[in-house]
Amino acid sequence: MSNAEIVKTAVITGYGINADRELERAFILAGSEAERIHIQDLIEKPSRLKDFHILAFPGGFSFGDHIGSGLVFAHLFKKHLMSELKSFIDSGKLIIGICNGFQVLVKMGVLPDFEGDWSPDVSLIHNNTGLFENSWLTVSFNSSSPCVWTKGLDEMDVPIRHGEGRFITATDEVLDKIERENLAALRYLDRNPNGSVNNIAGLTDRTGRILGLMPHPEAFLCRENHPGWASGNITEGSGLEIFRNGVQYIKNSLCR
Amino acid sequence: MRTEVFYRNPQLDGRAKRLLKQVRQSVSLSIENISIIDVFISEGIDRLTPSLSEELFSDPVAQKALTDMCAAESKELSGWNYLVEITYRPGVTNPVAITAKNTIETALGKAIPKESGAVFQSAVQYLIYSPPLEIELQEKLKKIFYNPLVQQEEFREGGIFALKKNPLPAIYPHKVAESPVSVEEIHLASLEKGALDKISKERLLALSTEEMESVRNYFADSSTIKVRKEAGLGSDPTDVELEMIAQTWSEHCKHKIFNATIEYKDMETGTEETIRSLFSSCIKRSTEEISKKKGFLKSVFHDNSGVIDFDDENLVCFKVETHNSPSALDPYGGSITGIVGVNRDIMGTGKGARPFFNTNVLCFGEPDTPEEEIPEGLLHPKTVMKGVHHGIIDGGNQSGIPTVAGAFLFDESFTGKPLVFCGTGGILPREINGEGSWIKHINPGDLAVMTGGRIGKDGIHGATFSSKALDEESPSSAVQIGDPITQKKMCDFLLEARDAGLYYGITDNGAGGLSSSLGEMAEYSGGIRIDLHKCPLKYSGLAPWEILVSESQERMSIAVKPEKLEAFTALAERRGVEASVVGEFTSTGFIDIRYGDKKAGLLSMEFLHRGLPEMKLKAVWSRPPAESLKIDDHDFTGMLKKLLNEPNIASKEPLVRQYDHEVGGISIVKPFTGRDSDAPSDSAVLKPVFDSNRGITVTHGICPRYGDRDTYNMALCAVDEAYRAHIASGGNPDHAAILDNFCWPDPVESEAAPDGAYKLAQLVRACKGLYKASMDYELPLISGKDSMKNDAVIGGKKVSVRPTLLISLIGIIDNIEKAVTTDFKEEGDAVYIIGNTHGELGGTYFEKLYGKNLGGAPAADTEKAVRLYKKLHEAISERLVKSCHDISDGGLAVAIAESCLGGRLGADISLDILPGTTDKMETGRILFCETPSRFIAGIGRNDTDRFESIMKDFPVQRIGTTTKTPSLRIKRNGSYAVDITISEISAAWKREDFE
Repeated sequence: MSNAEIVKTAVITGYGINADRELERAFILAGSEAERIHIQDLIEKPSRLKDFHILAFPGGFSFGDHIGSGLVFAHLFKKHLMSELKSFIDSGKLIIGICNGFQVLVKMGVLPDFEGDWSPDVSLIHNNTGLFENSWLTVSFNSSSPCVWTKGLDEMDVPIRHGEGRFITATDEVLDKIERENLAALRYLDRNPNGSVNNIAGLTDRTGRILGLMPHPEAFLCRENHPGWASGNITEGSGLEIFRNGVQYIKNSLCR
Repeated sequence: MRTEVFYRNPQLDGRAKRLLKQVRQSVSLSIENISIIDVFISEGIDRLTPSLSEELFSDPVAQKALTDMCAAESKELSGWNYLVEITYRPGVTNPVAITAKNTIETALGKAIPKESGAVFQSAVQYLIYSPPLEIELQEKLKKIFYNPLVQQEEFREGGIFALKKNPLPAIYPHKVAESPVSVEEIHLASLEKGALDKISKERLLALSTEEMESVRNYFADSSTIKVRKEAGLGSDPTDVELEMIAQTWSEHCKHKIFNATIEYKDMETGTEETIRSLFSSCIKRSTEEISKKKGFLKSVFHDNSGVIDFDDENLVCFKVETHNSPSALDPYGGSITGIVGVNRDIMGTGKGARPFFNTNVLCFGEPDTPEEEIPEGLLHPKTVMKGVHHGIIDGGNQSGIPTVAGAFLFDESFTGKPLVFCGTGGILPREINGEGSWIKHINPGDLAVMTGGRIGKDGIHGATFSSKALDEESPSSAVQIGDPITQKKMCDFLLEARDAGLYYGITDNGAGGLSSSLGEMAEYSGGIRIDLHKCPLKYSGLAPWEILVSESQERMSIAVKPEKLEAFTALAERRGVEASVVGEFTSTGFIDIRYGDKKAGLLSMEFLHRGLPEMKLKAVWSRPPAESLKIDDHDFTGMLKKLLNEPNIASKEPLVRQYDHEVGGISIVKPFTGRDSDAPSDSAVLKPVFDSNRGITVTHGICPRYGDRDTYNMALCAVDEAYRAHIASGGNPDHAAILDNFCWPDPVESEAAPDGAYKLAQLVRACKGLYKASMDYELPLISGKDSMKNDAVIGGKKVSVRPTLLISLIGIIDNIEKAVTTDFKEEGDAVYIIGNTHGELGGTYFEKLYGKNLGGAPAADTEKAVRLYKKLHEAISERLVKSCHDISDGGLAVAIAESCLGGRLGADISLDILPGTTDKMETGRILFCETPSRFIAGIGRNDTDRFESIMKDFPVQRIGTTTKTPSLRIKRNGSYAVDITISEISAAWKREDFE
């Protein structure tokens, strides 16, 4: 465990990931140091993962989403970095995956990982509309969730930008377990844009330290990112709160 | 090995559901269901087992995978009647197959060399559940799924029995027809007109007789012969040389018409004028004059995009390209290639910029055109639109570049050729490694390196092909399909290499391929040696000339110093990007082309770049008569609904929401605005630098219908439209630049274009208008493009586009917190009209719907308007303006309706006092005329005095108040001309057929 005083975040890039700049920015604004790292550089030097407290998988079209969104990137990461990622998680550190990053986490089996063997139990598939969609909507957070990223949050306006965000589970039992253990950290509130079961927009694991979500809080870092800002009711970029939660958690638990 | 993947529960496949809807609409309502199966085919790969293949290509939670077994025969999918399987033809880029290869390589932990003979293919299989369909409907069904130009189909009728009887191929043909790999000499000496023309036509060179004669004379010249003899070359040109000349001299690359000497005769005034180059006398001239006053221009015209100042640390650049001909043949491939192509223009600007936004303006035939009215050989506008739209989605979204602005236009004249304008903005730090980022260096001794994709036969003759009319013989090889992911990897790599100082000179491979990119770069150093045999190929069997001119996608050409080569190629490898040395820059004054030991060409740079004979053209202008009829329809509410529903004006929100317009986190004003984010914005506002509130605006102006009357006014109005949208959004009136994109029907008089002299006169007048507006508004033209043969000749019938000028603007907004949106904000706000209303209906959408000629078209008074704009900006800067919407398509009534919709507020409006109008002016004219330079603004009740005092010397009038009652009511002379509810506005504006 690191004794650093500064929170350090690694934002993974490469092979079609494209929302890495704004995610890096989000962590900087939230009080972390952040570095964008090409996955190839991490593969060449897996030990680098130890230098960080937070690992962030941004949105994008890794490998074009040509073969199932996030699937190829998940294979790549798992093949080369599985043991490092396991010890990263075991040492109490944090992971967030947004959009394509969420898809990667799910397809690696890191979320929800009930069996502890990274076997995939849930998936994110084509939207029920069959279309990619970019629009803003409201999500509500599950106050009973163990998720450290969403702690204290109630509702938030955020954009979605995906064609494959429909959350499904392999079985009804998996869904029951997710609900029972409050792992559905956030849900679509007014409108379900993709047909996700139980309106699930984001998922955490039992530790609450790993969060995957389809919406893009990193695209709401300033007041003027909100589509309604010109009407005057918006005060700040609320998306930032999620990242602040993560950084604060590390400050409280790991950095001393 | 053939692995087939499908949804375990077919009901979960959203793609299939969507497709079903479309198929039922356009083929038959009797079709009950569709299932989609993704097919991955591989051959010759050791260690790839069926279970590994299934693991790699399927999602175990949602999907099921079968290897070497027909998914179509499985019980989950039973009951289908028709099967269609689509694959790409040999040689066509298939991004999915590229990813499949990557995936297998990742899993096996090693690269699979091309030489291994391994094959990767992907296909998509559609199972159609329906009763038997008539042959005609079956054909229609197949057409939905594929484009025969680039794809091939397997079709089975009769369920699994048909499949058992006639199984699907285990592997599809993948060999591309090989060309003889040799250099051929073409005998030109002493040939005359007929014979020269024949060579030009047969080899698709698109060179005129005069141009062929210049080529012949160059090779016959004694000094040429001497140099060639010393180099071991004969006195006839090689095919490599001839192709290089043809590409370099194509209309596409050389803009011959814009540089021609034109005898312009104006029959209206009886004057005659000789114009030496429209480009120099109109476009470049205004920019040069404006640059004396404005210091923000960094690099204009000579590079791949125009570069201007953004702030103390950064520059921005902007370029808009057209990709019309390819989009006519393969709408998807044409538009995706258009987008990723213009992205490369940005990557190749200066030392390399980072693309950070895309725009597009897409022009199609009328969506409601009956099928039988579409000439054989042309695609229906809806089919073209579907493919083009899909290409724009994939091109932008997969590249991670937000699509922030654009438009859809529909006009019957675009049925022959769609116009596909693709634009990209880039950002670059002011300095890179201690020097201006917009400056490139290419020195003798630098190595010519090609990065990205490999070279194939796709896109051969694109540049020369686009310089001709579309006809039945248009070559399918001119079509390419872009792969955004290959390019995204390259783009990321190049920016990394740029910042590490690994290169200082770069340009893109677009039209003309290497012949064009290396030819241009060689101008910096003074020569180049090109080693064609060193170019990486997709497959064998490319003739040397094909390697030189192929337009295979995702390639950049870079000048790398020998001492940096190792670091450059090492980084490329780590980033999964191929980089190959294909030559060396020299200062010999020659392009020296080799294939192995063999000399393939030696062309003097002087001749290649400056030997093109100048075109001499005739232009004759006479004003078409415009008669003005009275409007005898007085149901203005009904007319407003029809206008709101007109395809050009109606909401395209469902189409636009499929573009990612926010990636990058820089979006400030989005394509749709208002309470429910469903009303139109005037411009995109972006905040490109995270820690600064300085922003940019992106807008467009385009109004081809006005050109029927006079293209001079059309140009004024197009510039005005782009500029006034910038102003309406709060943009700084003194800091903006524009791009011009001309798409014209053939303006060179000939047998094929008997009205060429008039069309050229229209071009001359458009350029004069552009000059005038650009000067008055002090908007420098920083880059542009022209496409001059937008005609289709099918079955002897010619369909030509209306002369179309697109103006694209990039401007600065000093503080994005002061950006203004179009929606009314609060009940009780004062509604103002800004600008005079003159009542012109010629060329307007009202006239289009009315179906009768309604007189002269709108004209902009740019000298007056600029003063109004600066004053309005003052009011905006004082934060007095709560909403501002420019009045454009559909006129005043449409603009107010849109502002009401955005705010979900009504408005009580009176037209009794309206600047510019008289009592006699018909109400219909006032409501629907498209006089430019006007706005509808919402001003807070406490700010009206201050607003009026700022605007006191200008035509500004309060015309009403916003209301909580959700109705727009417009009164004139005591009675209501328009009375419409917000829900009626919404219902009319949102068409169900756009999605």
